[in-house]
Amino acid sequence: MSNVCEEYDVVVVGAGHAGCEAALAGARLGLKTIMFTVSVDSIALMPCNPNIGGSSKGHLVREIDALGGEMGKNIDKTFIQSKMLNISKGPAVHSLRAQADKQDYTREMRNVLENTENLVIRQAEVTEIIVENGIIGGVKTFSGAVYYAKAVVLCTGTYLKARCIYGDVSNPTGPNGLQAANHLTDSLKTHGIEMFRFKTGTPARVDKRSIDFSKMEEQFGDKKIVPFSFSTNPEDIQKEQVSCWLTYTNEETHKIIRENLDRSPLFSGMIEGTGPRYCPSIEDKVVKFADKNRHQVFIEPEGNYTNEMYLGGMSSSLPEDVQYAMYRTVPGLENVRIVRNAYAIEYDCINPMQLLPTLEFKKIKGLFSSGQFNGSSGYEEAAAQGLLAGINAAMYVKNQEQIVLDRSQAYIGVLVDDLVTKENHEPYRMMTSRAEYRLLLRQDNADLRLSEIGHKVGLVPDEVYNRVCKKQELIHQEIARLEKINIGACKQVQEFLENHNSTPLKTGTTLAELIRRPELSYESVVDFDIDRKPLAVDVIEQVNINIKYDGYIKRQLKQVEQYKKLENKKINPKLDYDDISGLRNEARQKLKLCKPLSIGQASRISGVTPADISVLLVYLEQFNYLQNKKKAETPEL
Amino acid sequence: MYRSETIAAISTAMTNSGIGIIRISGNEAIDIADEIFISVKKGKKIKNMASHTVHYGNIADNGKIIDEVLLIVMKAPNTYTREDVVEINCHGGVFVTKKILELVLKKGARCAEPGEFTRRAFLNGRIDLSQAEAVTDIINAKNTMALDASVSQLRGGISDIIKQQREKIIYHIAFIEAALDDPEHIEIEHYGDELIIIVEEILGTLESLLSTADNGKLISEGIKTVILGKPNAGKSSLLNRLLREERAIVTDVAGTTRDTLEETMSLSEINLNIIDTAGIRETDDIVEKIGVERAKKIAEEADLIIYVVDTSVPLDENDKEIIELISNKKSIVLLNKSDLECIVSVDEIRQLTDTEPIVISAKENIGIQNLEERIKEMFYEGIISFNEEVYITNIRHKQLLADAAESLKLVKNSIEQQLPEDFYSIDLMNAYELLGEIIGESVSDDLVNEIFSKFCMGK
Repeated sequence: MSNVCEEYDVVVVGAGHAGCEAALAGARLGLKTIMFTVSVDSIALMPCNPNIGGSSKGHLVREIDALGGEMGKNIDKTFIQSKMLNISKGPAVHSLRAQADKQDYTREMRNVLENTENLVIRQAEVTEIIVENGIIGGVKTFSGAVYYAKAVVLCTGTYLKARCIYGDVSNPTGPNGLQAANHLTDSLKTHGIEMFRFKTGTPARVDKRSIDFSKMEEQFGDKKIVPFSFSTNPEDIQKEQVSCWLTYTNEETHKIIRENLDRSPLFSGMIEGTGPRYCPSIEDKVVKFADKNRHQVFIEPEGNYTNEMYLGGMSSSLPEDVQYAMYRTVPGLENVRIVRNAYAIEYDCINPMQLLPTLEFKKIKGLFSSGQFNGSSGYEEAAAQGLLAGINAAMYVKNQEQIVLDRSQAYIGVLVDDLVTKENHEPYRMMTSRAEYRLLLRQDNADLRLSEIGHKVGLVPDEVYNRVCKKQELIHQEIARLEKINIGACKQVQEFLENHNSTPLKTGTTLAELIRRPELSYESVVDFDIDRKPLAVDVIEQVNINIKYDGYIKRQLKQVEQYKKLENKKINPKLDYDDISGLRNEARQKLKLCKPLSIGQASRISGVTPADISVLLVYLEQFNYLQNKKKAETPEL
Repeated sequence: MYRSETIAAISTAMTNSGIGIIRISGNEAIDIADEIFISVKKGKKIKNMASHTVHYGNIADNGKIIDEVLLIVMKAPNTYTREDVVEINCHGGVFVTKKILELVLKKGARCAEPGEFTRRAFLNGRIDLSQAEAVTDIINAKNTMALDASVSQLRGGISDIIKQQREKIIYHIAFIEAALDDPEHIEIEHYGDELIIIVEEILGTLESLLSTADNGKLISEGIKTVILGKPNAGKSSLLNRLLREERAIVTDVAGTTRDTLEETMSLSEINLNIIDTAGIRETDDIVEKIGVERAKKIAEEADLIIYVVDTSVPLDENDKEIIELISNKKSIVLLNKSDLECIVSVDEIRQLTDTEPIVISAKENIGIQNLEERIKEMFYEGIISFNEEVYITNIRHKQLLADAAESLKLVKNSIEQQLPEDFYSIDLMNAYELLGEIIGESVSDDLVNEIFSKFCMGK
């Protein structure tokens, strides 16, 4: 018997949002890449909510775009409603969110993948990884076929030993009834990889024709649509949008839930996995927040192709009959017909502390991983990691330096650093509050922050990069110009200030100072700016933000400077922590487990105190000195 | 949170020695010193002075002279830490030295972490690398001391107050963040109006804590003095006498959970932290034994023991035990009740305790002055001294409180300027972190946990 045997540069296992970005990155960087999926029809599937973006997730999509990823472009092609969230708040927390037509989304992504050079798509279940001497060699599939590869990226999502559960029904499938991957876990364990078991859930999908929308509030998209991708022309995507609808649960709903809690698989112990706190099932909400007499329910279309609607806010693992009963207490859903039941899903994932910040396994060279497999949650989080893992797998194969994004550069940096450094006991979701330098990591400046890296890697074309450089230059020039324009306390100015409810001037000032006032802006002071030349909207936006929040931005830049100092003090991952006297035991254990790459990363491990960091610094200094001395004494051969 | 890279500390012992030295190290050392030093040579600035030179002048806070000093300027790299270093030699005295350090901190330096000068010296190549282990030991030892000082010395009530403020702060940050994260679920329009009231409340609490910091209300920073003696020896009368006589500030921290009565008094500029064990002894028989054990433990940790002997009754088992206890401690023996008939003689005590007792009558106010003179003498001769780490800890706490208050003022300012809500949480978080340092709590995942436990999030 002879098996199929092929050779590739990069193997990507999984074709979800992580897998797509990873495969595209590998292929676009010129490497022979193959992407495996249990079903070609489920490429870039959105098995849960029908939207992309949202608070902090919108930031991730913008960053993916700036680095040369695909998600932003794909949602720009396939959205049916778009909204900029938090628009009344500061620019750091503005976040774009779009409802997707789910089928369009997968179809468009598949179209891009199928037409990318160097990329092969293959339907098969990967059952084993091949590892020799701590280096990845490739993968084996269920049929016994062997695919040798220099690098492998695991993006198995929620498919590993997946189980879908509601009430006492338990299906051994992946999401949406798709085939689970039941073999790979064992192979990973054989190679010493530590696994976790997480769970998440999704609400029911219902028939639009069975909903009474007159009892709900209509939710519209923005009048002026802003694209996700920096390379999408806003004019090209203004279109008719579809509405979402808002309704509420009530005491009756809660009563039904409470009365049936004993029939929940969580209650009976049938579900063992750890679920996310930020995305609780409706039964969780009712139990934990018993004082709330209603919860919001967002009715969102799954796409233009279908009558199915998503019941946002009401994910559940209660039995089918209870689902019917509770949904039908909600105004507008009295006669609702369920198309697909709500369910909880349990799956295997890894303890991500086994990864380097490059998303390569510490133990196995050339093996990378990303997405829900790494213990995260969300399409955007997955895609962001997939892109990073894909880039680094390519860099690894090409023998070039891999990239690490740090916490001061990108939300992706925060995401990855949190995953690989902090103990994580639930599916990890991005939040703006996790980013300590969020005033610098805005969604509006992702291109300015990251295009250079994307360009250097080879994913961002010259023309795009040059455009960003030009934009940067215009912003700097304009700010410098405004800081030099003097404004006297003349009658015309005072009148203008009065009209804008702004304190009159006592002495002269600059135009920049006026723009800094909360009630004024770059646009409103135009009359006092005789030499102003027309600038693009995105340039003006940056000028406004940078001038207005100058004080806060400078403070964060100062903090970043300090942060970078510790980040730049590198630690050899092979360091023997048992050799360091003076470390407390707890710290020693944690450091051994995490093997941080820098003093900065070490300082973020819970259980490592500033005193331990002092000890570590002193030890490293001596260690480096001795190493250098040894080097100096060994004559070069 | 931004932390200054320029550090400062008092590098002499906290006794009333002849001089006190405040040492500043780091990039801003010279600028900071320039802000507070007025050279006798008018207008002469430290930054223009040659390295390794000594200058005479005054330290002044906003024109108000604190002390005349000798200032030594040492520019990088030929200094202990290889950074710019300024040493201010003042006239000593705990009070003045402390004032100058506080001023330096106010101007932007940060209180040095335990062993930080040594660590910097080492990391900058000033200390031989073979001594790494010794350096580690120093850092660890100083850390342990400081940790002990900061946690155990913080008065129980204070710790609770700070915890409460932190809880309020994190709740409001979590609310703001929850709303930003899930704007369609949680509404925060006009939230500033509500928040500003809370911020002002917290600010008020912090400021009142700050105003008492110098009276030892934050932390028991004085010389830990324990009054021992059997029941009815006159311990409480002595304490009352001391306090009344000196018109000392009587501490009364609400919520103090300690079971001993603790008072602070100052004798000239010496702060005494007097622990009266009287209350312990005068309990039921059953508890008596526990009481004695507790008194012993306190006595063992004391810097100074005042042993009150009741001369109107014969010495008993209690006295013997106390004499045993004080044999290896700094102590003063008082023969009380000189107004009554004397059964215990001066000679007897002299022999038993190997010290010169002082005859007093707490009741008649006789000999109290001699006791005070003895305490001063012991302090000036360096026999008893402040616990240095405790003292520094207090300064550090004070600075942290002041910085936290400053952050809250920034929040107020942002609200008044009607900045968007996400700006409030930046400075609230700063205040939260600073207060956490006082009670030795790090931040880690507090915020995310608070968000999920208090607010119902998500789909």
